[in-house]
Amino acid sequence: MLPSAFDYVAPSSLEEAIEALGADPDARILAGGQSLIPLLKLRLARPGRLVDLRKVGGLRYLREEDGGVAIGAMTPHAEVAASPLLAGEARALAGAAAAVGDVQVRNRGTFGGSLAHADPSADIPAAVLALGATLVARGPDGEREIPAEDFFLAPWTTALRPDEILTGARIPVREGSAGAYAYLRQKASGFALVGVAAVLEMDGSTCRAARLAVTGAGNRPLRLREAEEALAGIDPTDGDAVREACRGAGDAIESPQDDLHASADYRRSMTEVIAARAVSRAASS
Amino acid sequence: MTTSISVTVNGRDRTDQIDPRLLLVHYLRDVLDLTGTHVGCETSLCGACTVLVDGKAVKACTLLAAQADGCEITTIEGLAEGEELHPLQEAFWEEHGRQCGFCTPGMILAAHQLLSDDPDPGEAEIRHALEGNLCRCTGYHNIVRAVRRAAVAMAAAAE
Amino acid sequence: MATPTMPKQIGARVRRKEDPRLITGSSTYTDDLKLRGAVHCALLRSPHARARVLSIDTSGAEETDGVVAVVTGRDLEGEVGGLPVAHKIEGLLEPPHLPLAVDEVRYVGDAVAAVVAETAFAARDALERIEVEYEELDPVVDVEAAAEGGPLVHEDLGTNVAFEFPFEAGDVETAFRDAPVVIRQRLMNQRQIPFAVEPRAVAARWDRGHRKLEVWSTTQIPHLLRAQLSLILGMPEHSVRVVAPEVGGGFGSKLNVYAEEALVGHLARALGRPVKWTATRTEGFQATIHGRDQLAEVEVAAEEDGTLRGMKVRLLQDLGAYHQLLTPVIPTLTVLMLPGVYRLRNLRVDLKGVFTNKTPTDAYRGAGRPEATYIIERVVDMVSDETGVDPAEVRRRNFIPDDAFPAETCTGLSYDSGGYGAALDALLEAADYEGLRREQAGKRERGELMGIGLSTYVEICGLGPSAAMPAGGWEACTVEVRRTGNVVVKTGVSPHGQGEETTFAQIVADALGVSMDAVEIAHGDTDYVPEGIGTFGSRAQAVGGAALSLCLEDLREKSRKIAGHLLEADPEDVEFEEGELRIRGAPGRSVGFGDVVGAAYMADDLPEGVEPGLAATRFFEPPNFTFPFGAHLCVVDVDPDTGEPSLRKYVAVDDCGTVINPMIVDGQLHGGIAQAVAQALYEEAVYDESGQLVTGSLMDYPVPKSTYLPSYELHRTTTPTPVNPLGAKGVGEAGTIGGTPCVMNAVIDAVSHLGVRHLDMPARPEKLWRVLAESR
Repeated sequence: MLPSAFDYVAPSSLEEAIEALGADPDARILAGGQSLIPLLKLRLARPGRLVDLRKVGGLRYLREEDGGVAIGAMTPHAEVAASPLLAGEARALAGAAAAVGDVQVRNRGTFGGSLAHADPSADIPAAVLALGATLVARGPDGEREIPAEDFFLAPWTTALRPDEILTGARIPVREGSAGAYAYLRQKASGFALVGVAAVLEMDGSTCRAARLAVTGAGNRPLRLREAEEALAGIDPTDGDAVREACRGAGDAIESPQDDLHASADYRRSMTEVIAARAVSRAASS
Repeated sequence: MTTSISVTVNGRDRTDQIDPRLLLVHYLRDVLDLTGTHVGCETSLCGACTVLVDGKAVKACTLLAAQADGCEITTIEGLAEGEELHPLQEAFWEEHGRQCGFCTPGMILAAHQLLSDDPDPGEAEIRHALEGNLCRCTGYHNIVRAVRRAAVAMAAAAE
Repeated sequence: MATPTMPKQIGARVRRKEDPRLITGSSTYTDDLKLRGAVHCALLRSPHARARVLSIDTSGAEETDGVVAVVTGRDLEGEVGGLPVAHKIEGLLEPPHLPLAVDEVRYVGDAVAAVVAETAFAARDALERIEVEYEELDPVVDVEAAAEGGPLVHEDLGTNVAFEFPFEAGDVETAFRDAPVVIRQRLMNQRQIPFAVEPRAVAARWDRGHRKLEVWSTTQIPHLLRAQLSLILGMPEHSVRVVAPEVGGGFGSKLNVYAEEALVGHLARALGRPVKWTATRTEGFQATIHGRDQLAEVEVAAEEDGTLRGMKVRLLQDLGAYHQLLTPVIPTLTVLMLPGVYRLRNLRVDLKGVFTNKTPTDAYRGAGRPEATYIIERVVDMVSDETGVDPAEVRRRNFIPDDAFPAETCTGLSYDSGGYGAALDALLEAADYEGLRREQAGKRERGELMGIGLSTYVEICGLGPSAAMPAGGWEACTVEVRRTGNVVVKTGVSPHGQGEETTFAQIVADALGVSMDAVEIAHGDTDYVPEGIGTFGSRAQAVGGAALSLCLEDLREKSRKIAGHLLEADPEDVEFEEGELRIRGAPGRSVGFGDVVGAAYMADDLPEGVEPGLAATRFFEPPNFTFPFGAHLCVVDVDPDTGEPSLRKYVAVDDCGTVINPMIVDGQLHGGIAQAVAQALYEEAVYDESGQLVTGSLMDYPVPKSTYLPSYELHRTTTPTPVNPLGAKGVGEAGTIGGTPCVMNAVIDAVSHLGVRHLDMPARPEKLWRVLAESR
């Protein structure tokens, strides 16, 4: 409950924030703090400097943009979960946001913070991965776009450079698409034991293409490509067909998490079960 | 180092120089002497420290006091209007929605946000909204009933 | 003065007197105390399960800004004694348990040094600058390995077995010989973490002028703590004041004498400044007692109709690294309660208490009785499974019959009163047992998994007769009627959520005819309440309430004498009802209780031989324990894909004797059942082989959230106990004791048709998933 000492700055522009971040190799960005502050309290994180983004304007938004939705990094999960703009496939993101922690955490925790923290059991990363979102980062050299596919490198490790700040993401919302997030929770922490975001592109009652991403099972969010391929061409409201398509989906996970909450076997097997549930939920939405 | 914060707590303006590593819950308890906000865990899961920040339920142990700069904060001490209890307080009393009372302030404030968002929640909604608040005494049974009673009372008062 | 007629308070649903402060944030828990000039204490704890302490370098910590003192175990030698264990176990090995470990640490969390600093931040920062050189040793983590030898937790003892407690009754060999049904099963009662939401905290102040040490602590037993602190710190008992302010839940975890209580008291005296320590939750997990952790190997012999013939039980109790206050006593309660509600005459128990390199175990809600109830209630379900006799019928066939009370058990207890069949019948009807069984049959045909669990229990409450208790089993009470008619009750019980400020006021209101608002229930301050034992073992009402009743009887008696004098009548003819003292058969000749109080204190017109004032102090010694009982039923559905069990319905019929306040009784049951569900489905303290507590925080230890639990349907039968004047038996632990096997029986029933006879707690989804996968 008593963090180690750090310098604290709350710059009022993104440029100043980037500069403050770059000036100290031990600096960390503070967004909502729902992941970082618990680490500070246990002294598992000991940043030399915290760069608080609360005064930086223009990072909290959720708006339609180019046939999709743009979300600012500082947008709290609660707003993402409740946004009517997240329709069709983007329900996968709204569902993931609604699954984060609890009410209090969703009020403070932010969309960008969860992505940048890249906890291997966090919900939001699976959704942006399944949605094929484009993440936007700003560094000293300006803005850079990073496909979600390339963003999550390892547990708690992203493609962000040390002096870059994630500013937001663009989420596609295609006509005729559907999406959902389903998960089993780790009963203590509330994190996903296995969470799957499912995105379906529909052609009438047929799934033209599917994208599935799992969190909690592996050491980073992963696409379930075999299941995606098997889902193409089926009627996703047919539960048996969906289950059949998702059979073996967990085999895509190379090194499953294996801990006291669940064995690797269980996580693999649940990946298949939860993937099917996410698809069915998307199809019925 | 220190940093300056200005906050409004239970309707009163405050400005303080604080250590930036001070958590909001410690600011409330140790600087402002508002000890109704409790600390029950250090992993942001028990919710005993829940307060309202700009009307939203927040875990005061998972917020630096510095982050609350410029915010309006309501703690359990600020809920009653003088001697008149808030309907949630009345309902927690009437329905025996607590035993040892330690989780109660946080529980009431989490319920406060629920009723602001959804004035007519059912049991499932109430349980969902209180997931961030642990109670070891009541098994939640009477807490759920208390929130339900408060919802009814507040709806009746609003008519 | 006429007193208005009062509604009877005992039995009424009265909302609590203590609540206004709790719902407004106006209560004062230990950590809320602001002692002027207080310094903060923080403890450095061992990261190793077993290691020799080669050296401790405190110089860095001492140089840290704001640090007032740094102490190690060596500094306490001759100043602070060891921590106590209370017991009546012959031959118990009692290794020293020092507040700060010297030479060797024995579990992760064993404290080695303390820092005192001007701020909490400084104390925390300085902890990191203490350098301890450890030589790591192989720990012993598994209780069976420890019992068989293994590395020794206390090398000087030459063994890890702290005690053996053999028990035999009846003719066990004959019972097993030619028995048509014999079942063997290993049953693990997994380690639990009590998790009161308020962390432990201690504050202390040395009053130099009065040479008095004042200690505020999150304790359930302020008077026992006072006595122990005087012994540990070598001070006269009158120089120690212990206060339990508002206490945020205990569940047994605050029924203890902890290192920090001694240490903080010592530091306040030594430094001459108030000192405060508040546990972090990590410390709460590591260094507050754990519960259960008892392994049972059970063998039962039965007839084909389900009648129990005999039982053999081998119990290994994991004690952890040291004895805390009641550590070895807990499993002996298991032995006593093994027969449960059944006629079981032939019983052999072999109990061993074994040290391991883990946090000490001690009393956790139910304390020994949940273990016994789990064993016997799993046993009757296994007998049902084996014989094909319905589990309700197996229970009924073995119940101690109504006409047997007071019923002697083969373990030497005398059950005070009971009606087990009636409770079960009421339960089966309320829950529509037959309808549920039909629903289950239909679901099984469709491949759905639904389980119905039953549990019929009796537990041992109202702890207890002093002869059977390690540190006295009485309770004390003082009642003082103030001149203006207010009543102050000073009770030795120390409630921390149980609501005695209300229920005791209800008892006073009925006895003296005063309003509840005119009654103050004082507790938890040893300078204000003369004597007491405390709140645990479901005793506050049954023993503390009984002591109050004795006081009230004294006051009524004296009031009648004074009234008789005022009315010029024989006190024998004075009736005292609803605050009025009347002459029997002479309407109109009466005085109010207020008049009597006035006379008692004016003292200018008292009868011969009657002293002024109106106050009484009584100690109640219970002649026996009390034995509440009941029957619980629940329904669990299991998700066939994930194995996840979900508790859909919970119905309970409980009998705790006289009910003072049904709202409070129900609340105790709700919370008790929640902790039962927690053990059955969710919670398990897990250590890895190196002795690290893997479930060391709420991130890994699943205390149930609101969505994990259902609402409960409660019913009651009422069989008063003859043991105390109230007829109240106690209810604090009943839900936990009855509930745990009920939920597990339901989980196992959901998969029993697949050939599953038993699963260990907690019933994690993965365990069920494996069972389901194997059956496919």
